[in-house]
Amino acid sequence: MHVMFSKAVTEGGLVVGGLRRRAELQDYALDSALSWSRSGWWGGRVGFRVTMSKRKMTDAHLSVEECVTQVQEILRERFCRQQLPDRLEGLEAQHKHLLELLRRTAVHGESNSVLIVGPRGAGKTMLLKCVLRDLLEEKEVQKNLLQVHLNGLLQTDDRIALKEITRQLHLENVVGDKVFGSFAENLAFLLEALKKGDRSSSRPVLFVLDEFDLFAHHKNQTLLYNLFDVSQSAQAPVAVVGLTCRLDVLELLEKRVKSRFSHRQIHLLSGTTFPQFLQRVRMQLSLPDDFPDKEFARDWNTGTLCENKSVEEALQRHFNSSKDFRSMNALLMFCLSRVSATKPAVRPADLLEASRLCFCDAKANMLHGLSILELCLIIAMKHLNDVYEGEPFNLQMVHNEFKKFLQRKSNSMYNFEQPVIMKAFEHLQQLELIRPVDGSSAKTQKEYQLMRLMLDHSQIMEALQKYPQCPTDVKQWAMSAFG
Amino acid sequence: SLSISAEGLPRITVIRTGQHILIEGDDEDNPYVAKVVRLFGDESGRQKKAEVQWFARVSEVPPSKLKLLGREPHPQEIFYYEGRSCEDEIDAECILRPVQVKHLDGAAPFPDSDKDTLYVKLSWDSKTFRVVDSALVDPDLASSKPSLPPSPPCSPPAAAPASRGPPRRALPTPDLAVMRRASSGEGRYSRATMSAGKAEAAEAESLHSVTKLSASKCLSAKRRNASARTPGVRKKLELSSPEKPSPISEDALSRLLDEELEPEVTLAHRLSSSPPQTFSLTPLRKAHRGPVAQDPAVVLNKLSISDSPPPSRDHSSRAEVDNENSPMLPVAMTPRSSKRKSAQLVSSRIRKQLNLLDNQQDLNSDGEDEDEFVPSKKEMQSSSEDDDGEEEAELHSDEEVVLKKGRRAAAGSRTPRSRQKTQSSTRTPRKTPNKKVKVRQPENSTSHRVLFFSPLLSEQITPSTPRTPRGATPSIPCRSLPARQPANVLEEARTRLHVSSVPESLPCREQEFQDIYSFVESKIMDGTGGCMYISGVPGTGKTATVHEVMRCLQHAADVDEIPPFHFIEINGMKMTDPHQAYVQIQQKLTGQKATADHAAALLEKRFSNPAPRKETTVLLVDELDLLWTRKQNVMYNLFDWPTRRHARLLLPGGADHRQHHGPAGEDHDQQGGEQTEVVVEEGLTRMSFQPYSFKQLQQIITSRLNKVKAFEEDALQLVSRKVAALSGDARRCLDICRRATEICEHSAAEPSATGLVGMSHVMEALNEMFSSAYTTAIKCASVQEQLFLRAVIAEFRRLGLEEATFQQVFVQHQALCRVEGLQPVSVSEGLAVCQRLGACRLLLLEPSRLGVLQRIRINVSQDDVLYSLKAD
Repeated sequence: MHVMFSKAVTEGGLVVGGLRRRAELQDYALDSALSWSRSGWWGGRVGFRVTMSKRKMTDAHLSVEECVTQVQEILRERFCRQQLPDRLEGLEAQHKHLLELLRRTAVHGESNSVLIVGPRGAGKTMLLKCVLRDLLEEKEVQKNLLQVHLNGLLQTDDRIALKEITRQLHLENVVGDKVFGSFAENLAFLLEALKKGDRSSSRPVLFVLDEFDLFAHHKNQTLLYNLFDVSQSAQAPVAVVGLTCRLDVLELLEKRVKSRFSHRQIHLLSGTTFPQFLQRVRMQLSLPDDFPDKEFARDWNTGTLCENKSVEEALQRHFNSSKDFRSMNALLMFCLSRVSATKPAVRPADLLEASRLCFCDAKANMLHGLSILELCLIIAMKHLNDVYEGEPFNLQMVHNEFKKFLQRKSNSMYNFEQPVIMKAFEHLQQLELIRPVDGSSAKTQKEYQLMRLMLDHSQIMEALQKYPQCPTDVKQWAMSAFG
Repeated sequence: SLSISAEGLPRITVIRTGQHILIEGDDEDNPYVAKVVRLFGDESGRQKKAEVQWFARVSEVPPSKLKLLGREPHPQEIFYYEGRSCEDEIDAECILRPVQVKHLDGAAPFPDSDKDTLYVKLSWDSKTFRVVDSALVDPDLASSKPSLPPSPPCSPPAAAPASRGPPRRALPTPDLAVMRRASSGEGRYSRATMSAGKAEAAEAESLHSVTKLSASKCLSAKRRNASARTPGVRKKLELSSPEKPSPISEDALSRLLDEELEPEVTLAHRLSSSPPQTFSLTPLRKAHRGPVAQDPAVVLNKLSISDSPPPSRDHSSRAEVDNENSPMLPVAMTPRSSKRKSAQLVSSRIRKQLNLLDNQQDLNSDGEDEDEFVPSKKEMQSSSEDDDGEEEAELHSDEEVVLKKGRRAAAGSRTPRSRQKTQSSTRTPRKTPNKKVKVRQPENSTSHRVLFFSPLLSEQITPSTPRTPRGATPSIPCRSLPARQPANVLEEARTRLHVSSVPESLPCREQEFQDIYSFVESKIMDGTGGCMYISGVPGTGKTATVHEVMRCLQHAADVDEIPPFHFIEINGMKMTDPHQAYVQIQQKLTGQKATADHAAALLEKRFSNPAPRKETTVLLVDELDLLWTRKQNVMYNLFDWPTRRHARLLLPGGADHRQHHGPAGEDHDQQGGEQTEVVVEEGLTRMSFQPYSFKQLQQIITSRLNKVKAFEEDALQLVSRKVAALSGDARRCLDICRRATEICEHSAAEPSATGLVGMSHVMEALNEMFSSAYTTAIKCASVQEQLFLRAVIAEFRRLGLEEATFQQVFVQHQALCRVEGLQPVSVSEGLAVCQRLGACRLLLLEPSRLGVLQRIRINVSQDDVLYSLKAD
């Protein structure tokens, strides 16, 4: 659960995508949240129950409800908990390189530093975890290797990072409270500890720096300098593995830090093709061999979801948009949540619906929830934008534009009091559909504060099409070229 | 006997034990003179070695000392050398030829004539001349023992070393000097006592100046190249051999011994035939006078001896023990460079030795050893935790202590200093690792271990035995399974090429080395302060060179060629705040902990007030530019203190990695201002390390590889040329080579592979490290991402600007989608695509909260983008 959470935090796409989805899919959001927590909390028990039932009845015939429950549990586990695959497809070379590198540190005590670079969702963490899993199978490594995991989003400065390192190395117990003295003492303490080690006798330490680029923003890059310095001098053997999605990460490093870095980079840039993508979708949706009800599993696995033309189109569109694992998993998650006892399979319609949900516009959805007055103000702003070519506007201008509309064309709309208009305007600002030009709002009166519209025309038009019971004259006003 | 055949000469010279020989030195006209004590082969059996008794030529005696002679020295005169600073094992290769040496009585005139005969009248022990016994000189009278031992060093023939050389040398190398200095009041930390120190120290000025040093360096380099590493030449050793005794302390000590330690003196006399040089007693002096924290091990030793009656030991048993130690001595005394090289060898030997010693001890347990080293009552009290049951464990951990000391000693320049720090920092609450050894010793030391304690210390090695962290200072736990050693040539090469492996020498920085050396040396000699400012791009060997200099100077100080000094080092990057510099300096100087302000005040006081006995402090400030503050007070003080009249602080400069060569940041300018000010005011010596040229880089790799054949010649050249063209960073060069060996190893399965790292492997490594991934990233991007990039460029073309808002680009994007026959994307999707590109830094974006209004730039050149998109 913790891993999942931190990963979710690290995912930058959350800012846009997540909000958008949640806004529209209230029913789904609840369901998926539930399923997340269920798979999170009860994930441990699932496997147990599966094996139990398997032992009892080798080819048992479960009821449909039970089967669906099992399917949900297994697949949710797969989509949300980032289960490691047995074999990394397309990343064999990188896997081998990293494995060899870390093995040399663990076994020979050779210090190394490496960066894993790749776009979000390319499988950087998965690669590292797979390598660690394979590495720790060796007993020699398992006994020796110490691990320190840091995340740039959690350890936001060196002070916190140092404490975390000390904690993870279990050094703090040795001297009681002395470690967590001042920052300076902490640093000296840790450096001393590392300095005391030497290549052949101390246990190798693996430092994993997730969101490596954020560490480069720490003051003076003290932590990075010292880690790399240790890796390049005869001290305790360390391997520094950085994970980042920034291709220009080396340019962030200060010269002397850069000089100490070994310049090894493992790039995860996958050239996945569409057939491979389809295959991956199939793999993700298929049930494992040890599913208790063989018959159900067979039916499920032979489902011809991907052969459907429209499904393929939807997937193609998805593939065009992004190749990463995570967005694919999100799509499949939507499909899965529509599977129920009465409908024990993923139908093409489910996937199309899920795809639609994934691709719909977040802001346009927000417009559906506005009042007619607020919508009218938005339309007035759009016209102002057209007239003044994107120059900022203020409340007064919008109000005037709205009044012009009322005078000339409106049959259904009435004029509102200034305070009401003001309230609506503020609401729009709270929704961040408009935002002030400069941050400080204290100086000017609210009516005259300059604002910009944060919406594209296409979004407004799309929202108007779908707005329930939108008055015709408002629609016409919106579509007319000039107010 | 040994037969020598020289190149070009058909004649074969036969050398026998007892003969006098000439030994190759740096002065070709005056080769060194010595008498062969015995001949033997080293452990591998290949290297023939000789143990010699040195004679000093007139030219080797300092002119100031020649006055003591009271007459004009004869040009053919040599002196029987009783000094102890010389290694007396030499390689057979450096023997030139036998020579005629005659002993003359003190009053007898020198016979003129014979040019080839040398005459001995007196002995010279680096401070006085004495009449020498003819028996010592004449080859006929000297007892010559059978030589050339059949077996490796564990059991060399029980020959000469009982009295001279090995036993003495078996003392802890740098520590010995420190202890002795401490005892005689010269100690850096001893405020309690003070000898005439300074004057005498100045008198004991080095007669080997830098030029000589460099000459010997050259010579040694030549030797190394000629594949005959000869650690044996005396002059060279005098630079690096750490254990030259200080004559002053020797005097003071013998006086002291006479007064206070009568029984021990007798013991000493019995133990060694040449009176002032004692073996087991040296630490004792320190135990008496040790100013701050007494070395517990040594204390124990003292107690056991003085509490028990003087042991009745005879020479032979002593000699036996010594012989047990002697196999290690060659290593202990080889010059610095070869020491490091043989570290691995030695570590294994050490382990063997330890086992051996334990066995030895069992064997000896019935004899006289026993009563000498039975723990006294006092000691029993002090080590009351020592139960019999724990004996085994204790033994083990004691070994570790010993080894750790050894390792610390191996750290070169750090050695004596850290040792002192250890002594003085015992009070402070913060536990340094040095201290740990201190703290642990009393618990662990038992008497019999003390016997072997000091000899082991003399090893300057890096042992690879595990140690257990105990006590209050935490450390990285030690591994449960030992690290594997490199198994094949490529792995070996990789180990050698790792930046962390300490090189045997620092090629291509001889000039810089010499400049820094002479600067620091002259300042130490004069007792004045001064600053040196060293700059250069990273990876050009600044810190390494300064450390090397300090190591050499430390050795020089240990053998009293220059006055003792105190070396401390701080690193701007290893502190959290510039003002921490004060705290660290204060702590390293005195072991006291203080707040930054307090430390600054204390240091200010220390460097402003006259205190004649203060030693020179050499302060190395690495990464100096990090100490920049708004008021620049830290840097100001650092550069100001050396100029104080009483300071005796030397700042060899902040061997700092400031890069003037790079794009100057804003703080650099201000620093520049400050620097110039300092230059004007204080005459700062500047030095700049140029980036390595490709030839130098090639040389560096070659010297590191040191005949491990893993690279093709062309491949090496390619790497060095490439790196020299890019940065001249030696680290980079080594990293690439290391990576190339890995690639080579992976491709070794192919039948065509030669097993050597070739051009292709190096090319691959270079590509991996230097090629930017932008092109690949664009090629691997999804369709929409590629479209978006094209839309961005289209919009830029339309606007004629290099910047556009998302809204503008999005319009283009929609249009492109239609052209490509794709379904137009929604704004949210477009934003997501844009964010993904921004996360990779293919695009530069404003914060995403600006939504459609955020401005976009491209982080790669437009041509590159178009090229990568077209190549699809």
